Amino acid sequence: MNDANKSCLKGVGLTKIFGLGKQRCLAVDHVDFDFKEGEIISIVGESGSGKTTLAKMLLGLISITEGDIYFEGVKRDISSQRKKKEYWKNIQAIFQDPYSSYNIFRKIDTVLLDCLVMRGQKDLPAEEKNRLITEACSFVNLKYEELTNKYPFELSGGQMQRLMIARVFLLKPRVLLADEPTSMIDACSRATILDMLMDLRRETGMTIVFITHDIGLAYYVSDSVYIMEHGKLIESGSADEVILNPKQAYTQRLINDVPKIHEEWDLSTVDAR
Amino acid sequence: MKHMLQQVFHSPKFVVGFIIFMSILLLSVIYPIFVTGDPLVIIGKGTFFEPGIYVNVVDGIDSQLYSLSLPDVAEKRIALKLGATERADMKEWLVAFGIPEADIDTEDTEALLNIWNQNYDSKLRLPGMTNARKNYFARLDASIDNLLSTEGIIIASKDPSTGALTEEETIGQSQYINVNRTSNVKVLPLGTDNFGRDMVPELISAIGTSLKIGFIAGSIATLLGLVLGLVAGYVGGWVDDIILFVTNLFIVIPSFVLLILISYSIGQEQRGAVTVAVVIGFTSWVWTCRAVRSQVISLRNRDHVNLSKLSGHSTAHIIISDILPYVASYVVMAFILQISSGILSEAGLSILGLGPKTSDVATLGLMMNWAMIYSAHIMGKWWAYFPVIIAIALITFSMNLMNTGLDLVFNPTLRD
Repeated sequence: MNDANKSCLKGVGLTKIFGLGKQRCLAVDHVDFDFKEGEIISIVGESGSGKTTLAKMLLGLISITEGDIYFEGVKRDISSQRKKKEYWKNIQAIFQDPYSSYNIFRKIDTVLLDCLVMRGQKDLPAEEKNRLITEACSFVNLKYEELTNKYPFELSGGQMQRLMIARVFLLKPRVLLADEPTSMIDACSRATILDMLMDLRRETGMTIVFITHDIGLAYYVSDSVYIMEHGKLIESGSADEVILNPKQAYTQRLINDVPKIHEEWDLSTVDAR
Repeated sequence: MKHMLQQVFHSPKFVVGFIIFMSILLLSVIYPIFVTGDPLVIIGKGTFFEPGIYVNVVDGIDSQLYSLSLPDVAEKRIALKLGATERADMKEWLVAFGIPEADIDTEDTEALLNIWNQNYDSKLRLPGMTNARKNYFARLDASIDNLLSTEGIIIASKDPSTGALTEEETIGQSQYINVNRTSNVKVLPLGTDNFGRDMVPELISAIGTSLKIGFIAGSIATLLGLVLGLVAGYVGGWVDDIILFVTNLFIVIPSFVLLILISYSIGQEQRGAVTVAVVIGFTSWVWTCRAVRSQVISLRNRDHVNLSKLSGHSTAHIIISDILPYVASYVVMAFILQISSGILSEAGLSILGLGPKTSDVATLGLMMNWAMIYSAHIMGKWWAYFPVIIAIALITFSMNLMNTGLDLVFNPTLRD
């Protein structure tokens, strides 16, 4: 399907230090990685392990203290606003909290119309625009007619997050960074959203970087898994490799923390005590 | 947005403040439409005429006389001329000149006047008595002359060649005129000020000017603070450093001192109301700037701003549509406070004599200044400064009330 060996996003010695002097905080510590095109990659770690900081660096939303990012083999250049815009055509994101991802003062359809502007389709006839947006909405099981003239607070969290996916569907970037897209969503919507991400990959062949603290979820969706602890990448490899044969104690601990609903609970040991 | 407006008008504090403020504003707008003419025209020859109804004397004598037989006419006449203070003063004079204190009964008007008329001599001078005090007793003596007489007053005309007086008519003690039938009556509800101007139109025009100064100063301060705060907070880096440095400079030097220095250096002739407003505006933007900046710093890393960036919006677009609406409620409240503090700053400057140049326009501060220079507060001419204080207090009170009401709407954690 895809050329499995073609590098899509590559980081060399990525470091991020916040603050100055005594208050400096090493958030991401010399991280190296090579994301292959068309894969779903999971970055797993506890809260505060630097996952989101790494994602923001990859998106170019915060500056990099040290290190380089290569996009499709070429060193990333986002020195000007125009180049940034060009870069953001290739890389997009879904954020953790759908409730704070939208500007509450703007109507929802403007978010989707902005995508068309970004794609350079500002001057399309209205029906064509409508068709594209309706298509994107139906991809995520939303009805565009129901969204027009609505403000974000009139939607549920699941709907908002699905709309976020519709936005990505419209933009069709090469890479999607999904930063804990399901952590604020109830369990039912969670499966729907994960399935939609998988569909998105199948349809467009985009690389998805899936950031999560839930290693079970990571195992469910991803081809390869990266484990982060205290700003360092401590283990990486294919999903099976990392999760079935963890080398690091930290990884083992993350795996043990996943609640196992299908296993029988061993209550006898409790009684014996 | 519509929802928010409805909520604003459901807040009782806001509504009360709004009604007070609007009535003051409308008064200053509508009154000049009905009462045209220069509000600063000098009508009184003298300072601080008391509030009251002024009747032209010639018209009063000329108009039709009515005889009314009413009780207490003499008592009222005596009470006005010979109050408790006057009686005490008379007693003080008499005692000082050797009349035994026991002989003087200040309650018995007739006896008191008899003793007074027998003993008072305007040439006598008590050691240590000031000239003003001596003149006061002379005036008192003249005013109580013929107080108990029951005769009328004779109006006489003078023959131009011989100078002989001919009796024209006698006005009896119980004769009245109808004020409505008299052609020249002037009502001065708040009297006149030190220049002899009618206080009411002057006060209303002063309220208008002060509100204008407040609006101009508040707009400049809010706009400047908002723009600098947005830029400093969102752009960050060296731009933030420079703006923060300037802001800190303004904070370290008290803005009122700065205001005094700038006003002084502009000079008396150049200081119009608008100039003063601009100067106030340019010295009071600092806190708005700091508050907006810190809010923007917390907003600029929010996800919706990141999403807007990822959607390829320019920095200007992000500031205007993703940051500004979020700080708008604060800015509206800051604007209201800036208006009221602008009015207060103008009053403070004018009291020091650094306000708009005098005799050009009236402002609330200038009226206070005039009243103070002419010692209205020492002489007890309350009408020259008390209404001004009430006006200033009502304006700032209504604005603070509106602000508190808005705070309750915009900040749900403050609601009970």
